[in-house]
Amino acid sequence: MRRPARVCAALVPLDMGMSGSDWNVHWKKTRGTMKRFHFTDQWKDMKKLSGDPLLLCVIVVLLLSLIMFIIYPLLRVCIVSFQVDGHFSLKNFRDALTYSNGYYLKALWNSLWMGVATAVLGTFVAFVFAYSLTRANIPGKKFFNVIATIPIISPPFIGALAIVMLFGRNGFISSTLLGMRNANAYGAKGLLFAQVLTFFPVAYITLRGVLESISPTLEDAAMDLGGNRFTIFRKVTLPLAIPGIASSMLVLFVESLADFGNPLVLAGAQFPILSVQAYLEITGMGNFAKGAALAFILLVPSVSVYMLQKYWVSKKQYVTVTGKPTQSTNNVVSPTARWILFAVSCLIASVVILVYASIIWGAFAKSWGNSYEVTFDNFKYVFRVGFESVLDTLTIAGISTPISGIIGMMIAFLVVRKRFIGRRFMEFSSMLSFAVPGTVIGIGYILAFNHAPFYLTGTLAILLLNFIFRYIPVGIQGGVAVLNQIDPSIEEAAVDLGADSNVTFRKVTLPLMIPAFFSGLIFAFVRSMTAISAAIFLVSAKWKFMTVQIMSQVESGRIGAAAAFSLILVGIILIAMAVIKLILRLKYQTTSSILSG
Amino acid sequence: MSVKLVDVTKVFTDHDDRQKEFTAVSHVNIEIEEGEMVTFLGPSGCGKTTTLRIISGFETQTSGDVFIDGELVNDLPANKRNTSMVFQSYAIFPHLSVSQNIGFGLELKGMKKDAIKIEVDKIMEVMGLTSLGNRRPSQLSGGQQQRVALARAIVNKPRVLLFDEPLSNLDAKLREQMRIEIRRIQQQFGITSIYVTHDQSEAMTVSDRIMVMDKGEIKQLGTPFEIYSRPSNRFVADFIGRANFIEGLVCGLQDAVSIQVGKTVLRFPSFNPDVEEGKIGIVVIRPEGLVLGKTSSSAFFNGTVSHAVYLGSSMEYEISVDGREDPIIAVSNNPVKEGFFHVGDPVGISFDPVSAHVISGS
Repeated sequence: MRRPARVCAALVPLDMGMSGSDWNVHWKKTRGTMKRFHFTDQWKDMKKLSGDPLLLCVIVVLLLSLIMFIIYPLLRVCIVSFQVDGHFSLKNFRDALTYSNGYYLKALWNSLWMGVATAVLGTFVAFVFAYSLTRANIPGKKFFNVIATIPIISPPFIGALAIVMLFGRNGFISSTLLGMRNANAYGAKGLLFAQVLTFFPVAYITLRGVLESISPTLEDAAMDLGGNRFTIFRKVTLPLAIPGIASSMLVLFVESLADFGNPLVLAGAQFPILSVQAYLEITGMGNFAKGAALAFILLVPSVSVYMLQKYWVSKKQYVTVTGKPTQSTNNVVSPTARWILFAVSCLIASVVILVYASIIWGAFAKSWGNSYEVTFDNFKYVFRVGFESVLDTLTIAGISTPISGIIGMMIAFLVVRKRFIGRRFMEFSSMLSFAVPGTVIGIGYILAFNHAPFYLTGTLAILLLNFIFRYIPVGIQGGVAVLNQIDPSIEEAAVDLGADSNVTFRKVTLPLMIPAFFSGLIFAFVRSMTAISAAIFLVSAKWKFMTVQIMSQVESGRIGAAAAFSLILVGIILIAMAVIKLILRLKYQTTSSILSG
Repeated sequence: MSVKLVDVTKVFTDHDDRQKEFTAVSHVNIEIEEGEMVTFLGPSGCGKTTTLRIISGFETQTSGDVFIDGELVNDLPANKRNTSMVFQSYAIFPHLSVSQNIGFGLELKGMKKDAIKIEVDKIMEVMGLTSLGNRRPSQLSGGQQQRVALARAIVNKPRVLLFDEPLSNLDAKLREQMRIEIRRIQQQFGITSIYVTHDQSEAMTVSDRIMVMDKGEIKQLGTPFEIYSRPSNRFVADFIGRANFIEGLVCGLQDAVSIQVGKTVLRFPSFNPDVEEGKIGIVVIRPEGLVLGKTSSSAFFNGTVSHAVYLGSSMEYEISVDGREDPIIAVSNNPVKEGFFHVGDPVGISFDPVSAHVISGS
């Protein structure tokens, strides 16, 4: 039970004493009172902040940077797309949608239905996997868990690359094994496969959390009341998981819509995809207005579905995703079903393994499709041509990740524990980059920072800024999760013992947040290293990015080099993860990482 | 005077409907003596925790004054009040060892390391925590965590020690043990203490005085004896322990009060000052004050046993009496000697007026 005392703690602008969950409750409940106490409250907040100039400074700087590097570029996309010769006009949209007999209209349609298909299929695969692992007690759970999380740490176009290698014109299965001459892996089917492979792990992690948090005792109770196994699944397990399923479908839809790497390789001219077309419009034809219009069209469904997920579906979850997973001891799955689920899981796992095996093999094969002789030629080639891009990428990810993590933690702390004008704006804008497709961000950055006073095109700064602000949400999520777990009375205890809010943060809150900071760092690093959609707009002759280089190898048909390059990228990520995990284990005695949860 | 609340009121605005206001604490006045231990007791939502948090400074009262050691502390933030709180969840810093936790407050005061160590060791010995100094909080049992929380609060020599339902996370047996220990340590150090609980037996065990609260108001402030045997009103009598209420007309009021119930008139020596002649008075009689026997015309009530529960050390009865809505509750504390009654047995109920107390019926 929540005591009224705590829920109300913040009417008095008290900076301690509310956990994140309390804060949520408070936030929801206070909206009503806001109008009446609006001015007095805000005035009190400001008065309190003015007594803490350092805090005030931090808040102002953060708000300004969020406006500058997240809101402003998006605003530029809107302005440019709705403007012709300095006047408001819908001409760009009209042009875009009527271009070449509705070619872009087709692209929009393709993107949308590909999004729906990926969402449904990806969630289904993920659910089968998650259900098998949490409920059916199949053998080799650890192995399957690792399999499902591998795609998360790989560049997002690995699936596409593997498809080309297996089913393309020179594909191992299509050409070498089956002897087909003109196999075509491009188009809808190949892209769907690649996207499901790339994104089902995201859904898997969500659904595993949801299923784990459904107490097996509920199923035991249903069985006890005389339900047979199928009825239990239909009437208890599935209904409880529905909000999680809905949520993961919406997330996959947004991911698929934003995906750039896979469609760039696989979509082709016959099957246009919006994100790729927007890119081609800008870099290929230099038509910024039309590109911006396409980006805007892409932005609308992404952001609306994301909002739906965040503010509606995710609130409907019956059970929290956090908390200790309960070990299932019941036998709610019949032996037959168990073996069927095991077989399906094996099938999914073998597809994943096949994909990665072909990448590894391709990296060492002399000439994929013609000669499978093992050589190091590809690696030699990559080091000769791409070594510089490896260094650049490491520099960019290495600098931006920690900064992004620190800003994320700071925002998490401010948003959860402090009261100030613009707090909700801070929360909203910083989480926005999760919703906005990278392509749109990339176009926004080009439009925003291509002329005085912000002439940043081609510099290291534009890449860094983009990465820092793009991966802030990762740090925020980690920070909020930890703050939710810190009992507010722990901070109260410190205040009670004589600490002011500064000392409390330094000596109590911060040390408790550090392990989460490092595990957030892993995730942000992985995402920075594997990013492509925004980066492809911002790289230059001076600053190269590995994923973009891999893409250009694929485009020029050097599949082996692309595979070797990808392998090096994954290798770097694995090493970085190991190092951070080692630090965590040695220094903070925790093993938390994205792979364990 | 160690702690003094003058007309303290706390009004929360309803979150959903801003027109609605909720008074959590209403015009609370109390003076707590040096070295005294006072319990705030009441059902959940009665305002006891809010009052405690106002004293600690985590909550600011809407109106009224808070004095600690004669100093007005209304504008003093929580960290400058020199009060120490023992939290319901213990709130032990998970990243610090036991001795670092206990020494936290002293360190903030800028005390030297050696001095801190001496103080911490001393308190750990008193609390039976010696040898646990290097442990992490996660390696401690619930009872040990409780002791650490208490040690961390006491070591600062606070002006007031505040307990926020400190035992509610312990199992029943440990709870009984800890409350005796808390009382022992409080008396040993002579620290003025305020203790919040909803458990009346806990309140009885640890307190010099108990403040019973309901809906933000003080219902009674008194010693455990006064609260139980001389309740000021029906709420207190009903909330603390169990009681039978017998209504009657006050027909005489001198050294004792005379009450007419039905045709009988009884004289009770103990009554509240607000009992008025010619009005309704309520006789409060505890179950253990009733004597059961055979039905007879001299018995106060005659009735039938409707429930009988054997508890080993005692026997509890519910007796239905004609003309009364509520059954009479009686306890026999030595059933083997006093004899057993069974469901359906007719039974006569009588009592000595000395064991009863009369409160006003209005």
